[in-house]
Amino acid sequence: MKILVCIKHVPDMESRFIVNQAGDWFEERELAFRLNEYDEFAVEEAVRLKEKLGGAADITILSIGPDRVVEAIKKGLAMGGDRGVHIKDDLVYQKDPWQVASAIAAFARDKNFDLVFTGMQSQDRGSAQVGADAAELLDYACVTTLVNIEISGDVVTARRELEGGMRGIVRFKLPAVVTCQMGLNTPRYPTLPNIMKAKQKELLTFPVADFLKVDSLVVIEKMYPPEKKGRGQVLEGDVNELADKLAAILKEKVPALR
Amino acid sequence: MKTLLISEYRQGKLLESTYELLAFAKRLNAESAMLLIGSEASLPDFGGKVYFAEAGKYGEYNPDAHKRLVMEAAQKEKPDYIVFLHSSYGWDLAPRVAAALKTAQISEIVGVVDGRFEVPACNAKLRRLVAPKISQSILTIQPGAFTYQGEARGTPSLERVDLDASIQRIEFLGYEEAEKKDVDLAKAEIIVSAGRGVGKKENVEVIAGLARVLGGELGATRPVVDAGWVDHSRQVGSSGQTVAPKLYVACGISGSIQHIAGMKKSDFIIAINKDKDAPIGEVANVLAVADVMQLVPALMTRLSK
Repeated sequence: MKILVCIKHVPDMESRFIVNQAGDWFEERELAFRLNEYDEFAVEEAVRLKEKLGGAADITILSIGPDRVVEAIKKGLAMGGDRGVHIKDDLVYQKDPWQVASAIAAFARDKNFDLVFTGMQSQDRGSAQVGADAAELLDYACVTTLVNIEISGDVVTARRELEGGMRGIVRFKLPAVVTCQMGLNTPRYPTLPNIMKAKQKELLTFPVADFLKVDSLVVIEKMYPPEKKGRGQVLEGDVNELADKLAAILKEKVPALR
Repeated sequence: MKTLLISEYRQGKLLESTYELLAFAKRLNAESAMLLIGSEASLPDFGGKVYFAEAGKYGEYNPDAHKRLVMEAAQKEKPDYIVFLHSSYGWDLAPRVAAALKTAQISEIVGVVDGRFEVPACNAKLRRLVAPKISQSILTIQPGAFTYQGEARGTPSLERVDLDASIQRIEFLGYEEAEKKDVDLAKAEIIVSAGRGVGKKENVEVIAGLARVLGGELGATRPVVDAGWVDHSRQVGSSGQTVAPKLYVACGISGSIQHIAGMKKSDFIIAINKDKDAPIGEVANVLAVADVMQLVPALMTRLSK
């Protein structure tokens, strides 16, 4: 089985974000980047499938972006991917989801992947579009927001997460694009030997112009921090002082403490 | 300006969230028509045009057919915008329609500024202002961002839409409840919730201890539930329970959009988080900036005195 996993390298969401000079993105310097959490579920699920097939699968890990994204690709390879593909684009943040999906589809078109895994969204932009867009362009079946997936031959039975604790059960045939939601699996930590092995694995690099032939459909006017409206009291300082203050607030609010 | 609003329908019923689309259309000062793939037994309280197809024929989840029905209705209506909720139905269907029409999509809109759209980025720590370059584009709106206040009530006039051939690449087998809910958090007056910031499973007991002292229930965020630290029945957020207690104490919770959607209606919110910029600070009445595993034990000694 030929598997493609599309991943993104995103900043740690605990970071302090500062808008860049151009005002259209955040300053990337000094931020720690990591593999997008939802894509980590995608890599893990692909590797589990390969293990279940007794190794009879080939996993390509693809990412688009500047050189730093190779770090995310290497993590995917250390988790069990076979080959990395880096589509190099220093200005990927200016591309819209349609362009990103078009580049992925252009890469994948003649390669006959049976199954494409990706995260249901990225943690930084969160458009939840790229997977479904790529599926449309490739004319693959597509199911989003998966929390469970079972594959038997070319038939996939999967569970989609809906609202309020509900799930929808679906069945479809390969080839397909599936997008992964939190709860699908618990991703493994790459072991040191596997991290070393990943360094020897094939890594192909292409300029984005090889695959990106379409213009953006969306204009990004600016990026800015949200207006701080209705923000409450912020308590800072020594833990004991904070505990005193919170205790006083709770004693006022909570009947059980009176 | 015209909008085509794609209503939500599940398990034989129109979903209330559909009305948020009308609130959004009003915010745009746009005329609106709806598409309902549902049943005549559950029509929207909306006095305009509703393009209608039977869920009995096209399924409640059949994205390839629903995509074509949206395109069919759009061809008749010629709207400037086709609007979906950013929900499990909307984010699944919208990009298929956008890609098929080769048009722009803007996801998870939370505001409108001079005809351009405001969307969150980086776990709501930033916002972006974006606009489509071409007409007849696709929008999805964040659930809860636009509140319906009884606009456009009435009886719809139905216009049927149909497809020539049946399409079903994805077979829908049915629904299941993820797990039985044995704790009804919706009834709790006080909820103390644990987030990823508590660090490890053993620490959840400390947060549960605070809940007991306050006479409340323990709640949790999605990652904490997925990690198996707390049972699913205690999950607060759009994929768990929506709550509105008198007091909500968020311990080590940064405040994902999904979590905030499930608890922002609480009367009084106390957040304990070491990240001062965490989005939970936007809804908290009191934000204590501290490591939750240092502050909660210190707090407990004061409360049990």
